[in-house]
Amino acid sequence: MHETLDVLMDALPYVLQGAAVTIVAVIGAMFLGLFIGVPLAVGQVYGGRLIRILCGLYVWFFRGIPILVLLFLFYFGLFTLLGLNLSAVVAATIVLGMTSGAYQSQIFRGSILSLSRGQLKAAQALGMSNAMAIRTIILPQALRLSIPGWSNEYSIILKDSALAFVLGASEIMARTHFVASRTYQHLPLYLTAAVMYFILTWIGLILLRSLEKRVRIKGYVH
Amino acid sequence: MQTNAKTPLMRVHGISKSLGGREILKSISLNLYEGEMKVLIGPSGGGKSTLLQCMNYLIAPDRGHIELLGQHIDPGNHRELCLFRQQVGMIFQDFNLFDHLCALDNVSIALRKVRGMSKKQARERALSELDRVGLADKGHLYPAELSGGQKQRVSIARALAMDPKVMLLDEPTSALDPELVSEVLAVIRGLAQNGMTMIMATHQMGFTRSLADEVLFMQEGRIIEQGSPRVLLAEGSKTRTLDFCSQILDVEGGV
Repeated sequence: MHETLDVLMDALPYVLQGAAVTIVAVIGAMFLGLFIGVPLAVGQVYGGRLIRILCGLYVWFFRGIPILVLLFLFYFGLFTLLGLNLSAVVAATIVLGMTSGAYQSQIFRGSILSLSRGQLKAAQALGMSNAMAIRTIILPQALRLSIPGWSNEYSIILKDSALAFVLGASEIMARTHFVASRTYQHLPLYLTAAVMYFILTWIGLILLRSLEKRVRIKGYVH
Repeated sequence: MQTNAKTPLMRVHGISKSLGGREILKSISLNLYEGEMKVLIGPSGGGKSTLLQCMNYLIAPDRGHIELLGQHIDPGNHRELCLFRQQVGMIFQDFNLFDHLCALDNVSIALRKVRGMSKKQARERALSELDRVGLADKGHLYPAELSGGQKQRVSIARALAMDPKVMLLDEPTSALDPELVSEVLAVIRGLAQNGMTMIMATHQMGFTRSLADEVLFMQEGRIIEQGSPRVLLAEGSKTRTLDFCSQILDVEGGV
């Protein structure tokens, strides 16, 4: 028992540094997914035939392949082929972000479609270009409506980020595994990792909930 | 009465539109002269709303075209289309206010984004337009906090702020509770008296009698009767318009 505590105390700072890596990767992937997902959603709702097909292909590709396969495919395959010398963390963040972009686009698409068509018409009738109407009228509302779905996406990316361990990224899981295989204290160490993921999920959800409250429109019931 | 020598402010020329295999508009032509108020009447499904939305290309007509001040509008040119729409105000049956913006911003956003006004200029203009529709003190409220009549008045202020040459009104009072209709009609009456050129789909007969220069009766995608309300709605005249209007009045049980 005493030995277990010593191992845990020794391992904690080391694993916590891994938590910092996890947080950076997850936040990076969330934002990359946002920047990919919003144009994809707009393209799927408002684009012409070709754009809709291209956006659909992207979503189909990233939703149809396991993340583990994508991680290997990009890190050992594509990035190497392109001569990109990326660290495991950066590569994992990019793959998680590109995958999340596909999922986030479907969250945004649903939000856009739930808005009344009339507001877009009203904006166009005032002389706004289509792009301006989407940017100033549709997206501010669609993004607000997307926050609950976004929280869900956050918890999924956070947990998927543990897979970055297979590329050798030194995040929570990799560091826990490293200590556990040396000390054989598997149960307490993996429990510690589990608790860290749990706490990170919880903090993220609280932050997103408060964001949702902060940007809520007065009297708005959707 | 309008003289034919005057060029029309807006000319609708041979507009046809089919939706889902059904012909909604069958080669509609009409002229709007400056300061004129035309009223579109007719059974629902007759094409009134589609016609109004074709007049600013919110719905692309299959055939025909629109002219504003003698200028042919090419809807394929997005820039030209946006400039044209700035000059044509539109009021919708269900208001279509921007839900995420307060009343003041609903009116000022196009001034800033489309007209390129400064925030301060746009705000002042928006306030004066809200004042014109009697809502100067409601600028900070969001659409969800306004009554239907107030929402429609904000939408009128929003359209007026762009200094439109003509206004298209698509049943502006049909979605309102009866007690809120009069406040919106009062604003529209004020516009008519100030010489705004308008075409309005409505079932408000008293309003039509007193303010319309011309009534267009639309049915099955055609204008089948047109003329001054005094003639079309005269007691004992055998017009379809009068027949239709007396049916509405029977149903509504009012004058």
